Amino acid sequence: MICERCKQQPASVHYTEVINNQKRQMYLCPGCAEEAQKAFDLGAPLNLHNLLAGLMGPGGVKEVPEDEAEFLCETCGLSGAAFGQSGLLGCGGCYQYFGERLEPLLKRIHGSIRHTGKVPQRSRNKYLLIQEVDRLRAQMREAVEDEEFERAAALRDAIRDLQQRLA
Amino acid sequence: MSMRNTLQSPYSQWMDDDAPETDVVISSRARLARSLAGYPFPHRSSPEQAEQVIQAVNLAVRHAEFRARFGDAELTRMTELSPVDRWILVEKHLISPGFLKNTESSFECKGLVLTPDERLSIMVNEEDHLRVQCLFPGLQLEAAAGTADEADSLLEKTLDFAFSDRIGYLTACPTNVGTGLRTSVMVHLPALVLFGQVKEVLTTVSRLGLTVRGLFGEGTDAVGNLFQVSNQVTLGHRESEIIDNLASVTRHVIEQERSARQQLVRQMPVVLRDRVGRALGILKHAHTLGVEEAMRLISDVRLGVTAGLLKGPPSRVLLELMVVTRPSYLVKTSGRELSPPQWDELRATLVRKLVNAHSGGDPEEGGSPEEGDSPEEGEKGEEGGQSP
Repeated sequence: MICERCKQQPASVHYTEVINNQKRQMYLCPGCAEEAQKAFDLGAPLNLHNLLAGLMGPGGVKEVPEDEAEFLCETCGLSGAAFGQSGLLGCGGCYQYFGERLEPLLKRIHGSIRHTGKVPQRSRNKYLLIQEVDRLRAQMREAVEDEEFERAAALRDAIRDLQQRLA
Repeated sequence: MSMRNTLQSPYSQWMDDDAPETDVVISSRARLARSLAGYPFPHRSSPEQAEQVIQAVNLAVRHAEFRARFGDAELTRMTELSPVDRWILVEKHLISPGFLKNTESSFECKGLVLTPDERLSIMVNEEDHLRVQCLFPGLQLEAAAGTADEADSLLEKTLDFAFSDRIGYLTACPTNVGTGLRTSVMVHLPALVLFGQVKEVLTTVSRLGLTVRGLFGEGTDAVGNLFQVSNQVTLGHRESEIIDNLASVTRHVIEQERSARQQLVRQMPVVLRDRVGRALGILKHAHTLGVEEAMRLISDVRLGVTAGLLKGPPSRVLLELMVVTRPSYLVKTSGRELSPPQWDELRATLVRKLVNAHSGGDPEEGGSPEEGDSPEEGEKGEEGGQSP
């Protein structure tokens, strides 16, 4: 068996690490096992950012497929790999560009992916419109399920109007 | 209080003991993480961008409405302060240790806005562009969070905060996203520690979505039997829910600590009286004191005073002592580098002055006047230590 980390040397060590109750087992060569050990024993104490990096980075719990590690934020140029290293995002735009990739992480940290708190005054109207669209969409689904197609069509038109105002 | 006063006096308003539940809760804090739209987060900003952020915040706090509510809040750049002064701000809990430790961006780009009453502080270019923080004495989470919210609403008249309609306020670290609100209480739990129950209580607390940390935040020890309890989750709950959750859990912790104190007084009155009395004796008379020893003794005296066993210095003075005994304050007082034995000597001298100026005798023995008139009392003892 080849080492799962460097993918070069033959693996001879059965390595287990537990991060945030996530147990992960690997077969490593002695060199890589020592390094992995060092990262835990002697390296920076396990702080929040290391932990996030472990959860998100390539080779960590697989939130990001390895071949997508070079995904870049179009606003600030932060790469998935760089986020994996620091645990910090580069700018507000990252949340949009990393969008779906971040959701499992947010869900794990907060148990939610939806803000329900304060909204800044200047975003309030837009925020309320988006909430209204979500509400109407749910009603439309119900209407379709109940086969009330006329009501569903009316809701669809209302949603379209709101979306035009949003755009 | 101007920045100069803040740095010279070990006293801060959050140490007041004239507030709710101060026998157990030292202070309540609310912090909002905010970033400016259109700028990379501080760890990725260029010096020019960081400067623009500082300028923008400076403009926002000079806005007439902001000033009408919070007074003349000056922005001080960290470069205007000596390294010792910077650490005094940490020791007074007005800035985070992370604000000084992060070496990636220079101190030139970091600023602090502090209101004259020290209740509101804004760190500029910490992990996020703005960290709006309110610190109140005792259990006053709603007041602290309310004030932070007011400041935020006034700032947003000038500043455009990064906000997403789905996930709320955007922050550098995904653990702060959403409300950006971190509320915390600093609690003094000497009796629970003595009974060996503190772990159990704090483990229960951590199952309720809260975290427990040491005196200076993440990764620090719980010296002086002081613990910080704060919310973990910032996304998916309303601000009021976050505050209510922490407040109600804190009320349980207060009850537990109070009942542990009563049990101590009932079950081992002599042992306890002896312990707190000795602690006060050492603080009054010692000529060398290590920092850990000082914190332990201050904690014991505070337990004695709040349990009514001892007529020692009021809680406010004991909290001042916790600042006085810290390394940075000692260096500031002496004005020069000190060797470790000299530190311990200076620490003991300052503690003696402050304690003797504020202690009476044992209540059982008739007691003596609240305010001592020790000839040793110097200017330092006077400063900020007057009874209200």
